[in-house]
Amino acid sequence: MIDLLIFYLSRPIVQYALIVGVLIALCSSLLGVTLVLKRFSFIGDGLSHVAFGAMSIAAVIGLTNQMLIILPVTVISAVLLLRTGSNTRIKGDAAIAMISVGALAFGYLIMNIFKPSSNLTGDVCSTLFGSTAILTLTGPEVVVCIILSILVIALFVFFYNKIFAVTFDENFGKAVGTPTGAYNLLIAIVIAVIIVLAMKLVGSLLISALVIFPALSAMRIFRNFKSVTVFSAVFSVVCTILGVIVSILAQTPVGATIVAADLAGFGICCLIGFIARGGAK
Amino acid sequence: MSYIEAKNLIVGYEGEAVGDPISFEVNPGDYLCIVGENGSGKSTLVKTLLNLQKPLGGELITGDGLRKNEIGYLPQQTPVQKDFPASVKEIVLSGCQAKCGLRPFYNRAEKKLAEDNMKRMDIFSLADRCYRDLSGGQQQRVLLARALCAAEKVLLLDEPVSGLDPKVTAQMYELIEGLNKEGITIIMVSHDIDAAVRYASHILHIGDTVFFGTKEEYLQSREGKYFLRKQEDGKND
Ligand SMILES: Nc1ncnc2c1ncn2[C@@H]1O[C@H](COP(=O)(O)OP(=O)(O)O)[C@@H](O)[C@H]1O
Ligand SMILES: [Mg+2]
Repeated sequence: MIDLLIFYLSRPIVQYALIVGVLIALCSSLLGVTLVLKRFSFIGDGLSHVAFGAMSIAAVIGLTNQMLIILPVTVISAVLLLRTGSNTRIKGDAAIAMISVGALAFGYLIMNIFKPSSNLTGDVCSTLFGSTAILTLTGPEVVVCIILSILVIALFVFFYNKIFAVTFDENFGKAVGTPTGAYNLLIAIVIAVIIVLAMKLVGSLLISALVIFPALSAMRIFRNFKSVTVFSAVFSVVCTILGVIVSILAQTPVGATIVAADLAGFGICCLIGFIARGGAK
Repeated sequence: MSYIEAKNLIVGYEGEAVGDPISFEVNPGDYLCIVGENGSGKSTLVKTLLNLQKPLGGELITGDGLRKNEIGYLPQQTPVQKDFPASVKEIVLSGCQAKCGLRPFYNRAEKKLAEDNMKRMDIFSLADRCYRDLSGGQQQRVLLARALCAAEKVLLLDEPVSGLDPKVTAQMYELIEGLNKEGITIIMVSHDIDAAVRYASHILHIGDTVFFGTKEEYLQSREGKYFLRKQEDGKND
């Protein structure tokens, strides 16, 4: 078993999958804390469906570099969705649900009408649930992913205090002159980038798990923003590594396995939180 | 020239006015209480004063060296805050955010300011505690300390005592009175007319009728008499 693992780990394709997995897990968990606390957990879900719709369009047009369509469309949707915040009539969650199912249906519809590939069901399935076997990533894809991830992490560290202020109390920030609109825009763009990256790993239907589980697990145990952020990053990375390794050894779909690992981790954190609070509550 | 002057100010949402036009002014050192029944537009007025939303009509002038973002703010509690994992220190420090501009981290002066304001509000010993584990009164003091970090001249408090028990309410009022004596201008929203009459120097009554004047004038006015009587009746029930 150990030998088998070492054998796999020495192969570039597995190394690529691990590197990309860890980076995506890290990025999504960092912003997950903000999203969960802003009551925007579902935005990951909505955006990934938009990304799916955009990808279908790209596939139908026959673009070789699908990112050219997917990334801008997702970013614009993210900006629009986060704008429907507290001060408008249509509530954020309803808007997200609407766009989410709309994009999903539209994407599947045009894929079926124009049939850009011979293996339609397989393609749709792997976009929705991630690759069935190990991720197949090329060198350049890995490089793009590394660059974008480093950018996301750097932005997060640089704007950490501002993100806290905007998340905890947006109105207060605005009242004392913080450009909250600009920070919300930044958060929206970064989230869109993460979603597009993560789609490769776990597929559009399971992305929310990467965003939500680490934050919720951390909030079970820790009680200040910094610890919650740090722990959710660690949690997410550990679960993703476990998920990728198990999926290789047990030949299970990688996305679903990672989500299962997150779920198990969440259970453990609930238990720890329960015990730490002396069984009360 | 006064800090804030409103002339026939109309507030509301999406073109629909809430209540009648309002005129009042706030001068340095004042303690203004905004009273009125639930839904009369107090919070809406507060948001307008803070530039969170635009007035629908009339004028809102800030002057006497008060810049628009020099008003510290104690919001009515929002549900998001109730289960937010944040320590007291993190929250108070976030009051310094506007001073940072693009600088990513807080500098020593800002950390000192946060520490001083925690001591001032008597919550320094709670610095590492989680906000959501605190009692209602302690939470309000945390938010007050944050507001003091953001602005030293004017504090705008939206129902600072709602949900607090009588003893803590009294302490809160004393704390606010102390800040006013230190020279901070206070604008407080409340529907507790007793307290308004007791602590405020000026009263703005909004709702069916609008009244603005000093406390003494209010007590002589029709609105003041009516509401004081109503509260008396409420107590005798
Ligand atoms: N975001 C909003 N959009 C539209 N109408 C609102 C909004 N918030 C409050 N209102 C309405 O404005 C009126 C005044 O509300 P508010 O200022 O919160 O009253 P108060 O704080 O005095 O209790 C109410 O009738 C309320 O229904
Ligand atoms: Mg109110």
